[in-house]
Amino acid sequence: MKRRIWYAALMAAMILGLLSGCGSSSGGSDVVPGVEGKILNIYVWNDEFQGKFNANYPEIDHLSNDKSVTFLKDGTEIHWVINPTQDGVYQQKLDEALLKQDRVSADERVDMYLVEADYALKYIDPEANVAMPISQLGITDADIANQYRYTLDAMRTADGEIRGLSYQATPGMLVYRRSIAKAVLGTDDPETVAAAVSDWDKFYETAERMKDAGYYMYSGRADTYRVYSNNVSSPWVKNDKTVVVDPNMMRWVERSLEDTRSGINHNVPGQWIDEWNKDMGPDSKVFCFFLPAWGLDVCIKPNVTDTAAAQDWASCPSPQSFFWGGTWLVAAQGSDNPEHVKDIMLKMTADRDILRSLAVNNGEMSNDQPLMEELAQSPDFGIELLGGQNYLGVLSEVAANIDLSNISSYDQGCVEEFQNTFGDYFNGKISLEKAKANFEMSITERYPWLVGGGVEWP
Amino acid sequence: MQNQKKLKTVSYAKWGYLFILPFFLSYAIFSLIPLADTIRNSFYEYYAFGLKTVGPNWTGLSNYISLLSSDLPKYAWNTFVMWILGFVPQIVVALVLASWFTDARLKIRGKQFFKVVIYLPNLIMASAFAMLFFALFSNAGPINNILLNMGVIGEAIRFMESTLGARTLVGLMNFLMWFGNTTIMLMAAIMGINPSIFEAAELDGCTHLQKFFKITLPQIKPLLTYTLITSLIGGLQMFDVPQILTGGKGAPDRTTMTLIMYLNKHLQAKNYGIAGALSVFLFIISAILCWFVFKMNTDPDPDGSKSAAKRAKKGGNA
Repeated sequence: MKRRIWYAALMAAMILGLLSGCGSSSGGSDVVPGVEGKILNIYVWNDEFQGKFNANYPEIDHLSNDKSVTFLKDGTEIHWVINPTQDGVYQQKLDEALLKQDRVSADERVDMYLVEADYALKYIDPEANVAMPISQLGITDADIANQYRYTLDAMRTADGEIRGLSYQATPGMLVYRRSIAKAVLGTDDPETVAAAVSDWDKFYETAERMKDAGYYMYSGRADTYRVYSNNVSSPWVKNDKTVVVDPNMMRWVERSLEDTRSGINHNVPGQWIDEWNKDMGPDSKVFCFFLPAWGLDVCIKPNVTDTAAAQDWASCPSPQSFFWGGTWLVAAQGSDNPEHVKDIMLKMTADRDILRSLAVNNGEMSNDQPLMEELAQSPDFGIELLGGQNYLGVLSEVAANIDLSNISSYDQGCVEEFQNTFGDYFNGKISLEKAKANFEMSITERYPWLVGGGVEWP
Repeated sequence: MQNQKKLKTVSYAKWGYLFILPFFLSYAIFSLIPLADTIRNSFYEYYAFGLKTVGPNWTGLSNYISLLSSDLPKYAWNTFVMWILGFVPQIVVALVLASWFTDARLKIRGKQFFKVVIYLPNLIMASAFAMLFFALFSNAGPINNILLNMGVIGEAIRFMESTLGARTLVGLMNFLMWFGNTTIMLMAAIMGINPSIFEAAELDGCTHLQKFFKITLPQIKPLLTYTLITSLIGGLQMFDVPQILTGGKGAPDRTTMTLIMYLNKHLQAKNYGIAGALSVFLFIISAILCWFVFKMNTDPDPDGSKSAAKRAKKGGNA
């Protein structure tokens, strides 16, 4: 009898051990203040920042073969955790990791993550308490004095703290194909092309000429989206309850419907997809794209390298100013590597040599206002992709006027659902009323607390 | 006396229980408890609000009511249509192939080879298969390019943006993935038919078609019903193919949104309440279908003797 109890106890212990084995090593006790952990986890949504970091950060010793780990000279390993942005996957994975931050061992914690303007506010919210203020890391105002004001203001919360730093400014421009400009407008000179697209009326006059000549003015509805959505008068959601559709968004709907039907755009159903990439390629008939500086390197370049279109591009101001994206580095609350994180943030966002290299080698508009102004005047600075054009002059003025006061943590969801539901309308599949109803339904599925709050249409 | 008897019997039953214990334990932990949890969640308001969590707050049946007033019937219909589009060609092709492969007169060479080939699509991961089709049939993809170059069409067909196109593609993929599996099952059933029946029919001058409709089909009816029901249950869970093909949007206008895709939308928002209620609906439908399978597999009168006895009795009374 005794033996049987003994067996039962043993088995119970074994099963319990099996079940709890994974969780038992956790606890906050293994973080020693002042001693840095050996593993630094960085959450990102693609390899853009990773590539820029690996090319520029001075403390790098070597990379692992699959590039998923970067080894620093002091032996620290940087582990890159990549999840795609689309469908909110990145946010889901990041949320999961951040919510169990105090339950996992120090090496498994998120130490740093990147956020985009579309949802940054969700993470820097002091109440959520998942982002470390930079003052807590020991970064002073003097360290970041050269950064564009708006990149700091966007990350400043109600308590006055800044919780993220960016290495880039993201004002938008119109990037066009020189060969098509020559064929239709007679010249590829940026000044002349700028005059031909200086406002929406001129833009559409030019668009008609493009269409008559057998070209498309732009690729698809998603391309012009940001130009409209950045010029709205209020954020997407009021009091975390009611969705407010700005009149400017309905202007985008009207215009996109017309452009899709009349063949002014190429009716490509989105961005980051095969067709969009092909539209940037050498055999395309699409005249222009609305892109920020990072778009040159990230979007266009991979599609034209070593082709006839490799230098067939130039830039001029967009008919209406806009910005797109913006990546901020955020130190995760609970990180066991604050010193490393601080150094990475400072080096990548405030070190002039690195920022200069990003501008020269990656065509990035780096987050250093005096440097950008200096380069904008420099005759030596030019981007190969743009046939040697110095595009910074085009952007400086836009960068100075970027206003992020209408961004909200709902932007990614609203961008995706709005473009998606109205896409069916542009293709003539559903009525405007149905598209509106579909948008209302999708948005409450994505954000359950908006149920019952209603959607205000202009 | 009684005492002695007790000493003699050795009970092996406890070992039996011990050996089946691991299954019941893991079933309870990985299936039963989550199932109970899902049902419990369905009565609560329970979702993630950014990084915070709302609930669980008891709301009774409100999740069920809001689901019934949503487009749920439409998604059920979508699921059914796409299942039919895959199932009909699947069963027809499988029947034809199975009867060819098993026909003793048609000496088909390389039978083994074909059996492997038709089964192959099933070995590819459904999501990879959907990715492949997405690339093949995209607006600038190879299918459109080939058709354009051959001059069959004037401009690219936008498959994914029309209801018919997207649904047909999903049906086609399900057909391609499952017809091999069904063929092999039906072959087993046909080979189970006593060959002497076929021989007798041939001696009587029966044609191929007559043999198929009068002998093969009636003989494999139980297996056909089984295939139908299991395929229906599988179809109810249709998810990865349309999800990947339409990027989770169920485009156009949600006409390719299946029930599980809808469930996934709520799970992505971490809305456990609504997702739980939806799962309970699916559970009930699956349970009903399973009941049919169970009834079929536990025939109370397998050799027909009972009904024969009944008939005899009836006849005797009359």
